[in-house]
Amino acid sequence: MAKTHITTSINGEPVEFLCEPNQSLLEVLRNTLGLTGTKEGCGTGDCGACSVTVDGRLVCSCLVLAVEAEGAEIATIEGMAQGETLHPLQRKFLEMAALQCGICTPGVLISARALLEKNPNPTETEVRFGLAGNLCRCTGYDKIVRAVMEAAAEMRETV
Amino acid sequence: MNVVTDKLQVEDNKWIGTRTIRPDGADKVTGRASYAADNAMPGMIWGKVLRSPHAHARIRSIDTSKAEALPGVKAVVTAKDIVDFPIETSVMLGIQDMRWMCRNVMAREKALFHGHPIAAVAAINEEVAAAACALIVVDYEVLPHVIEIEDAIKPDAPILHDFAKFEGKPSNIAGTMTAKLGDVEAGFAEADIVVERTFRTRPIHQGYIEPQACTVSYSADGRATIWSSSQGQFMVRAMTSLLTGVPQSNIRAIPAEIGGGFGAKTIIYLEPVALLLSKKSGRPVKMVMTRDEVMRATGPTSGSFSTVKIGAKKDGTFVAAKGDFYIQAGCLPGGPLRGPVGCAFAPYDIPHVLSVGYDVVSNRSKVAAYRAPGAPLGAYAAECVIDEIAETLGMDPLEIRLKNTARSGTKAAYGATFTKVTFEETIESIQTHEHYKAPLDKNPRPGVKRGRGVASGFWYNAGGESSAQVNITEDGNVVVTTGHPDVGGSRASIANVAAELLGVDHGRVSVLIGDTASIGYSNLTGGSRVTFASAMVVTQSAEKVIGQLKERAAKIWKIDPEAVHWENGEARPAGPNAGQFPPLTLADLAARASETGGPIGAGVQLNTAGAEPGFATHVVDVEVDVDLGIIRVLRYTAAQDVGRALHPSYVEGQIQGGVVQGIGWALSEEYLYDSQGRLENAGFLDYRMPVCSDVPMIEAVMLEIPNPKHPQGVRGVGEAPIVPPLAAISNAVHDALGTRFYSLPMSPPKVLERLDQA
Repeated sequence: MAKTHITTSINGEPVEFLCEPNQSLLEVLRNTLGLTGTKEGCGTGDCGACSVTVDGRLVCSCLVLAVEAEGAEIATIEGMAQGETLHPLQRKFLEMAALQCGICTPGVLISARALLEKNPNPTETEVRFGLAGNLCRCTGYDKIVRAVMEAAAEMRETV
Repeated sequence: MNVVTDKLQVEDNKWIGTRTIRPDGADKVTGRASYAADNAMPGMIWGKVLRSPHAHARIRSIDTSKAEALPGVKAVVTAKDIVDFPIETSVMLGIQDMRWMCRNVMAREKALFHGHPIAAVAAINEEVAAAACALIVVDYEVLPHVIEIEDAIKPDAPILHDFAKFEGKPSNIAGTMTAKLGDVEAGFAEADIVVERTFRTRPIHQGYIEPQACTVSYSADGRATIWSSSQGQFMVRAMTSLLTGVPQSNIRAIPAEIGGGFGAKTIIYLEPVALLLSKKSGRPVKMVMTRDEVMRATGPTSGSFSTVKIGAKKDGTFVAAKGDFYIQAGCLPGGPLRGPVGCAFAPYDIPHVLSVGYDVVSNRSKVAAYRAPGAPLGAYAAECVIDEIAETLGMDPLEIRLKNTARSGTKAAYGATFTKVTFEETIESIQTHEHYKAPLDKNPRPGVKRGRGVASGFWYNAGGESSAQVNITEDGNVVVTTGHPDVGGSRASIANVAAELLGVDHGRVSVLIGDTASIGYSNLTGGSRVTFASAMVVTQSAEKVIGQLKERAAKIWKIDPEAVHWENGEARPAGPNAGQFPPLTLADLAARASETGGPIGAGVQLNTAGAEPGFATHVVDVEVDVDLGIIRVLRYTAAQDVGRALHPSYVEGQIQGGVVQGIGWALSEEYLYDSQGRLENAGFLDYRMPVCSDVPMIEAVMLEIPNPKHPQGVRGVGEAPIVPPLAAISNAVHDALGTRFYSLPMSPPKVLERLDQA
């Protein structure tokens, strides 16, 4: 089977790759491009560990075909910090211990950022529903919700 | 919330007890942390497992020739490549019997569950490996299967193992365990009230988000390197060695970051298979389980079928307790009997106890440990019966518990005589908590009923083998290495301890997890033992380092080492020499290490002891939607004796995470099988773990009552939190509806069925 040539943008940088038509975006990110910050927890779109944004839209990259990346702008966890400066969500997650094992964390952070872009001042309930697609088995979600709300408050002040 | 009841080593602490940033944190929020599936090697190929399509079948023959002939296939292994441990002789590694492990990683005489590994292939990519698996021809003789406990213990049940005998006859009861105290029948004769109930729970998966994965490279010189995520790199090395015949000295097991384990990663599935594939192919082999494989063929924890009977006097004093716990082992012996048998009645001072566990095999995947293995099953039954006794006697459910708490000197049926019991404090903490005192509107609106429930729990905790090395770098900073995978922030606690003892800034301490070649033997991350044990070995190592630093300063000052104090990260002359010399900092001493005797560092290897047990008491408010049958948790407060919270955030996190796992166990999680013995819900869509919108904030009340047997007062905290929720939620549902459920999960169909009957 001939591979397809894809031209895309990942975290603001131009990227080209070859992929099979049946390969997922997740597989290409991890195995072809070495961007292993995006995790695979289920491969069926149920856990959210592989969350990325495609043209600003939050998706499970395991459910997106790699060929769909053509001409798109993809954002992954690797692009969330600006150099040494962590995104406020990343910083609050560390300060407030919103992770234990950390495997769900990249996906949760990407989802939380997408939520705050749409709703900069969410209630606790809105945060809980906004992150309902991201399974975390360690934390019981308490510290995650608090960290997202703290980061949102800080981001509102600095706008 | 943080209640400190003892001033031991608290007031002067600069780092212990503070919420520092975890040493591995930045890598985990930026995607740089390397988990098992993130590893890749030059020349690497991919391994895949062929799994049994039958729940129970004799394997007559396996023909791998077509698979081996497929272009791109590099190696095939079957059970004949795995070291055989004959049934006649038990070979134990910790609590794991290699007779069962060798049959679990690859089916030997029979396939014992749908998904049991039959063979494995390594090929140039996953697609070719999968295609090759499909070309393996297996001749099965399909046998009758049995899934549920109650079916498996019937006299005419299909028998899984000819070698298993119960009362002299072939049986699916592969073993028993008994804990006994006094004379239980005489005890019941003294009782004014006796309540006996039967309870059922379903198998629950540990539900870690990271599937099992490994990369193994076997070199031409017979040495192998394993990268995998587990709860113990030394377990990985030893078990892989036993199952492959490669000596431990030739295996280096490198722990990747672990994406959740909760007990399930205390055994292995892929590593020996990948090693043998790598040995045969001469290439590094990577294997990653799918979620379907994880659900179908790893873990879960046991389902249970239990009968608990408790007798009490009119004033609420317990006089006797009896428990029969039938515990699912999965397809091979080894269910967690010790949990229900030992823990169910342990929080209470009951003179007559008989607690018996039965290890029941059936055609399910072999169970693996899950957080306080088996203890929630026993506590579920016992704590619901206690609630019913309190209700019958018209007593407050916390009062009846307080009246019967185990105290110092109480002998538990499992054998221990408690030295310091802190159960009472957890009950009083809930009794006086604003949550327990707050009014609850039981009928807030039509179609909705609310209720409140309490329950308590016990877990043994554990010590065991641990190693640490503390080295001072040439520039005067600190590197701490331990041998324990960090499942939930243990590095943060260790950094606090090292910074505190050495008197240096937290940021100058690095905490690393060594591989099997770089640190001494360390037992599993499990049993709530890691922070307890590693803080102990790190403390002793740091004390040795401080001794060396004082000697170096004494040498420089030409005074007696006894006349040097170590304070705030500096050596200071003391006694008659006080003030004679300017202090020497860690950096000063590190810079002069060569001239004063060489590198500065020390390691300690210990079999740690003194892990006192953990007690917890929880209160929960629930709301039942009587039209939809949905039970929601509105408010949850969990009190626990945590000893000393070296890093309070990660202690709270253990409590909050354990509680939410308990909520899933009580309300939504279960394994569902079809009539052919195939798991029907092998994925996160149909196996319903709590999501963020399912749960409220979880208030963790940390009672800091220092463990006198630990240098910082640490007590294990990870497991006790999952013990009470099953009963606490059941008791709350009873308070809401006035009807009791005796089986879990209390899922919407089950709730509606009950409400329809009412």
